[in-house]
Amino acid sequence: MSGLPLTPPPTAPQPTTPPPALVEPQGRTALRHRLAERGVDRTLLLVVPAALAMIALFCYPFLYGLQLSFQPTKGGALGAYQQFFSEPFSRKSIWATFSLAIPAALINVGVSVPISYRMRRDFRGKRLLLALLVVPITLGTVLTAEGILEFFGPAGWFNRTLHLLGLADSPVKLTMNYTGVLLSLIISGFPFAYLLTHSYLSGIHPSLEKAASTLGAGWWQRFRYITLPLLLPGLMTTFSLSFVMAFAVFPSAMMVGDPNGSTHVISIEAYQAALERFDYAQGSADAMIMTALMLVVLGAIAGLRSQLYRGSTGGKG
Amino acid sequence: MSAHTIGVARAPRRGITLRPGAWLTWAALVFFFVNLLGVIATVLLNSFGGRWFATWLPSGWTGHWYGDAWKEFNLGRVLGTTVEVTFLVVLVSLVLAVPASYALARQNFPGKKLLTILFVLPILVPPIAYGIPMATVLYKVHLAGTLTGVVLANLVPSIPFVIFTMTPFIEQIDPKIESAARMCGASTWTVLTRVLSPLLLPGMLAAGILVLVRTFGMFELTFLTAGSTSQTLIVALFSAVNSAGIRSTQSIDAMAVLYTGTMAVLLLVALRFVNPTQLIARSSD
Repeated sequence: MSGLPLTPPPTAPQPTTPPPALVEPQGRTALRHRLAERGVDRTLLLVVPAALAMIALFCYPFLYGLQLSFQPTKGGALGAYQQFFSEPFSRKSIWATFSLAIPAALINVGVSVPISYRMRRDFRGKRLLLALLVVPITLGTVLTAEGILEFFGPAGWFNRTLHLLGLADSPVKLTMNYTGVLLSLIISGFPFAYLLTHSYLSGIHPSLEKAASTLGAGWWQRFRYITLPLLLPGLMTTFSLSFVMAFAVFPSAMMVGDPNGSTHVISIEAYQAALERFDYAQGSADAMIMTALMLVVLGAIAGLRSQLYRGSTGGKG
Repeated sequence: MSAHTIGVARAPRRGITLRPGAWLTWAALVFFFVNLLGVIATVLLNSFGGRWFATWLPSGWTGHWYGDAWKEFNLGRVLGTTVEVTFLVVLVSLVLAVPASYALARQNFPGKKLLTILFVLPILVPPIAYGIPMATVLYKVHLAGTLTGVVLANLVPSIPFVIFTMTPFIEQIDPKIESAARMCGASTWTVLTRVLSPLLLPGMLAAGILVLVRTFGMFELTFLTAGSTSQTLIVALFSAVNSAGIRSTQSIDAMAVLYTGTMAVLLLVALRFVNPTQLIARSSD
């Protein structure tokens, strides 16, 4: 379509054709214009494939699962849900999940704040440190789990060191239980939390703290009244994401935890129902309960977040 | 000259006199890294070690666990499947998501919020929670256990991920450039191929590599939908651990080291194109 020089010739007959052409499509062009003003034009067609894919691959299976969860083999429409809440073993999986996810997210975010606050300034080796923090992301759940089993295990280096230092007489049991899963959640989750907190913190312009400093604020006052309020919305996002990661814990709860006891989390419950007992209705119901619980927590955090200051942080970008 | 040397000499001294708070944060970081190193080192040593029970180090060194793992777990085929799945997912998600992110970045339209929610939800909802209904649907349409099923399942988090990585890239491109091209007589196709594509290429590369890394490491969805012939490396690893018993931990560790090595190479490549915070941010806000 390089027809620029070709366009002048057709202009000659044009004056004759427009009048009839203008009258008829006027209503349509007006509508098209009105729609275009609100942003509805052919560009929007570009969204259609991705949206259709999401509807077919995410919404449809999800809704299918939802209706399947109301059709259990026994016990009426709500049978699967009743089954979940009446059985102590499955009911306790909610507690097991939250007692892992909330401490893990709190520790990961809580430790990230002072460390990234210390490291706001540039120093030698900062890039190296950030690069090192990406390492746990490469490990994958299995290597982390194997490593935890071997390193923190009864005959592992950690317990041998404790013994050598005289801190423990008999090996401390750190694997195949709650602690093992918590450790794996920290190893994989802390770098995420730290890198996010770091990026939020570096978005707060240092001049704000300097200004407070000239007005005589000490470091605690600067942190409490300047940095923290600006950081808090970002921290809540970080907490949400850390929570989502820890809430969905599955492989490590199986490998380093005690999947039939203290770390029988809700994802294991759902997995066992659907793919070990082949009770798809029950598995779907468990998945729906899991989603609902997570959305409630995220909604609560988002609600709290909307109460906070949301203006400019004088960001560097 | 002398003033200069004094200035140089002073700078490191300020770094040494740290306050207790600083010591504490450094200690926490060092403790984290020492343990991390221990976790990695034990697996690495074990994969090269002989018998290792109640001692600090294994009793001998050998490389034969890698050969064993390769044969025992049929790693050649597993790696082939992994490459096939990841590249298909990257390709399809880019093709579907880049146009969508263009429209989302350029246009404000009624229902945009709703559409954004449609794209955010798959990132927020735990993979297990939609993986189970999804596996059920795949069983129904006889795609469970096939490569197609695994690719379809992995598209669910990948499409939104590409959209949210690409949107800021596209917002950076000045719309005036497109208008100028149109004014000079370029058709939509020319604008797309001659103007937009070169500008979008870095973003597409970054998004593609990030999806590659995430699909390579995506355990839950692949685990729920894969059959014995469509396992990716991470799923094969997990199955090896969980059905252990006869298998030696050393060959499992060897496989884990192979996985981590591949992942590390992928990430090093990725880090050349994107900054580390982009690897983890799941949604832009």
